[in-house]
Amino acid sequence: MPRRIVKSKLFFDEKFIDTIGEVSNEKYKPWEPNEKLKVIGKSIPRIDGYDKVSGSAVYTFDVNLPHMAYARILGSPFPNAKIRNINLKKAKELPGVLVIITSEDEPKISWYYGTTSLFDSHVRCVGDEVACVVAETEKIAEDAIRLIEIDYEELPFVVDAKDAMKPDSPKVHDWGNILDGKPSIYSRGNIEDGFKDADVILEDIFSTQVAVHNPTEVHCSVINWDDSKLTIWDSTQAIFGVRDQIAGSLKISESNVRVIKKYMGGGFGSKLEAGKYSVIAALASKKIGRPVKITLDRKQMNLIVGNRPDSYQKLKAGVKKDGKLTALKHYSYGAVGAYPSGAGCSWPLRSLYKCPNVSTEEYNVLINAGRARAFRAPGHVQGTFAFESLIDELAEEIGMDPLDFRLKNYTDIDPVSGEPYTSKLLKEAYQKSADAIGWYTKRKSAGSGKGNIKTGIGMATQIWWGGGGPPAYATLKLNRDGSVQVIAGTQDLGTGTYTFIAMVAAEVLEIPLEKIQVSIGDTSVDPYCPSSGGSMTAASVSPAVRDAAEQMKSKLISGASAILELPEDQLKYQDGIIYNTKDETQKIEISNVVQKMHERVLITTGARNENPKGYQANTFGAQFAEVEVDIETGKVKVLKIVAAHDIGRVLNRKTLENQFHGGIIQGLGYALMEERLIDKNTGKVLNTNMHDYKMATIKDTPDIQVIIVSQGDNLLNYTGVKGIGEPAIIPTAGAIANAVYNAIGVRIKSLPITPDKILNALYS
Amino acid sequence: MKDDSKPRKFTRRNFIKGVGTGVVGSYAIVPGLEVISKKIVKETVEEGKGKTLLSLKINGKKISTKVEPRTTLAELIRDKLNLTGTKLVCNHGECGACTVLLDGKAVYSCHILALDADGKEVTTIEGLLTGEKLNPVQEAFIEHDGIQCGFCTPGQIMSAQAILNKNPKPTKEQILDGMSGNICRCSAYPNIIKSVVAAAGKL
Repeated sequence: MPRRIVKSKLFFDEKFIDTIGEVSNEKYKPWEPNEKLKVIGKSIPRIDGYDKVSGSAVYTFDVNLPHMAYARILGSPFPNAKIRNINLKKAKELPGVLVIITSEDEPKISWYYGTTSLFDSHVRCVGDEVACVVAETEKIAEDAIRLIEIDYEELPFVVDAKDAMKPDSPKVHDWGNILDGKPSIYSRGNIEDGFKDADVILEDIFSTQVAVHNPTEVHCSVINWDDSKLTIWDSTQAIFGVRDQIAGSLKISESNVRVIKKYMGGGFGSKLEAGKYSVIAALASKKIGRPVKITLDRKQMNLIVGNRPDSYQKLKAGVKKDGKLTALKHYSYGAVGAYPSGAGCSWPLRSLYKCPNVSTEEYNVLINAGRARAFRAPGHVQGTFAFESLIDELAEEIGMDPLDFRLKNYTDIDPVSGEPYTSKLLKEAYQKSADAIGWYTKRKSAGSGKGNIKTGIGMATQIWWGGGGPPAYATLKLNRDGSVQVIAGTQDLGTGTYTFIAMVAAEVLEIPLEKIQVSIGDTSVDPYCPSSGGSMTAASVSPAVRDAAEQMKSKLISGASAILELPEDQLKYQDGIIYNTKDETQKIEISNVVQKMHERVLITTGARNENPKGYQANTFGAQFAEVEVDIETGKVKVLKIVAAHDIGRVLNRKTLENQFHGGIIQGLGYALMEERLIDKNTGKVLNTNMHDYKMATIKDTPDIQVIIVSQGDNLLNYTGVKGIGEPAIIPTAGAIANAVYNAIGVRIKSLPITPDKILNALYS
Repeated sequence: MKDDSKPRKFTRRNFIKGVGTGVVGSYAIVPGLEVISKKIVKETVEEGKGKTLLSLKINGKKISTKVEPRTTLAELIRDKLNLTGTKLVCNHGECGACTVLLDGKAVYSCHILALDADGKEVTTIEGLLTGEKLNPVQEAFIEHDGIQCGFCTPGQIMSAQAILNKNPKPTKEQILDGMSGNICRCSAYPNIIKSVVAAAGKL
């Protein structure tokens, strides 16, 4: 049977989910190492490059439809308030205003797990949606927004997780400020026994800040109704997710909703769910009978479309003198914002090293601020910084080299499930990156450098999932001239999805890349693929493309057999030509096979194969940072990052390196400068723009060396691919923090590591 | 828009913009204009649309059109002329995504009024092509993958073009200075640097 339906587990959006889906049941020969392949693993310029450099790429932000109207949203200026009255008189009188919708005239559409509605008369954070104006132009809509008069009853608010956990704190919701009313608990072994066994026990507290995604393309949608059929262009990482959420909200059939996304200006997790704005625009569009474009502005991008939650982490570890971990304890809380989301960050501590006794206790705390969303390796970025800082402290405490300490606690079995990994080459990653940075030759003892500019080297380890899984499909069409189109319901966030799809098809069919076109991002046309999050895209979609192409190859051999009147086993497929193995002068090109067949287009649909049962699929890596700290100014400069990772097979070396660069530099920004600031007295966010919210610029770019230690995880799937988007960012902040300690001999336990913290630590 | 009423302070990014060889003029021009544009917003709301005639050369072609005085150059380019290659990201003169060439120099088009381009020559990303053929800077960005999501890319390329217009053989420091006003949130910076260096070599 070529296909069957199976149950499998997948880690996505901070939790394991059971998925039941169809899988391909074929047994293909695993691919050889990349050096023996023709296209895969090479450094190929992205096939959508032309569109992006020429300005011809049409993003949702650029979609303009005939007779289109423009929508803007008015957000609450207060962190907690009830709307007493809305006066739209002046706004409605402004010429060019077409319709205004508010909480007063809209059906209650449930949002954020039923904790609020599309327009709620109780606003719980600055920016919470209050009204939407649709007008002839964007400018008129903005003008009208300013003319809306709202009478708010301001309520007491809380914008800090620690304050929100106190019993007398103002409540964000009636049911309290702690999600589910209790912490999320994990334990294995016996934590008390573990501490009794320890020779040394260390306890420390770490904290991390709120970081904002700030993708370049603002969240936006273009809506077009055609009677009962709705087409949405949306800047999204999840075309099918958006389709289903919008259809459910509007109570219309899913087949009547078409979501299109060809290009998007970044997401980083903030575009994994449908936005209120899309539903609001759909309602407004219906009212006025015209297409509507709705765009958020940069301020709203910094308020209401997600963030990486902050964290307070108390860690306690027990260790033997020989370096063996005996117990690990993690207590944490983080602010998820005004509506339910996740702020847990203990997974690295649970899963990174061999340790028999572990307990974790995590609180998701509601505050009157924008809701958190998954942000590139949610939880792991915060957790790895704290845990890998503590690991360095432990190593120092017992007088062991930090890298040796990690090797001492190395595990070949996933300590959480007790199952082996499909592959784990972390030792190789440690060794290669340590050699590349000069760990054993250049690294000095902490704070021992002379002069005002001190250098240091530090490291941190990465674990993440990223194995992807079913269901995911790809359809391949072969035309009569031998050209190919691959269609898949996936997304390219700038990650190179278009290009790797073409590369996989080219590899299998042995035809030039130029003959292949790729169409993705259209729910009405494409077979299903999962959301692009969790570093799952390449690992889920590339095997489905291989399956489709392998099936096409079989079909072509079968066709050639009928045309040449030769048995299939006497035929050989090579470079897009099918040969008679007994007489190689007798041959037929694949285009000729299609021409001789009655179908004008040959079609196959491939599916992702099943992940192997009884194994854990994880990515691993190590990053080493070399930094320079000016002890007069407190300024940290990252000189070099070496990143060595086990990510299965490299599909495209060029886009892979680029994505690693991006993850590392975002991690650098997170470590040293990014921080959303809220004024506790007013509950307002102080830095809602790209100037005051500091992100890394080209001048912060360190020297980056990317080393891939893996050849392909052939146990995992047809292509041996694991994801890279999130692994790239996970260890960067930890490596930089450990390097800063190595430079100045004082540990900074709170991110971002800003000059004031360095100076305070050094001189107070 | 309320934030616009604040006086513009001397700040890190404004300083970078000021010294950048790529993007110039933004800091010097804008503060005064904000006052004017605020007044015009008020008039427009109260009295309806008052439009002003504007003539400029865009990508080598002369055009005349009427705009509301408060229209930014970016809005003229995107909304009126449908040249959507120029992107808006911050719409506040902070990120460089809307960079175009005004008389050969890089400017943030979101931070300049369309009327200030009257009589001048504007080049957008689309204007770098000859027919369907890319120019060497655009080609270098593909070859060296100075792109991820691509949304900031037109602005990056225009800043690179401006650097090379001024000095075909820039040093790495000059490239970093010139490109520092363009934020790439995907952080493809190492490849952006490579792309600009390679483009300089080709010219």
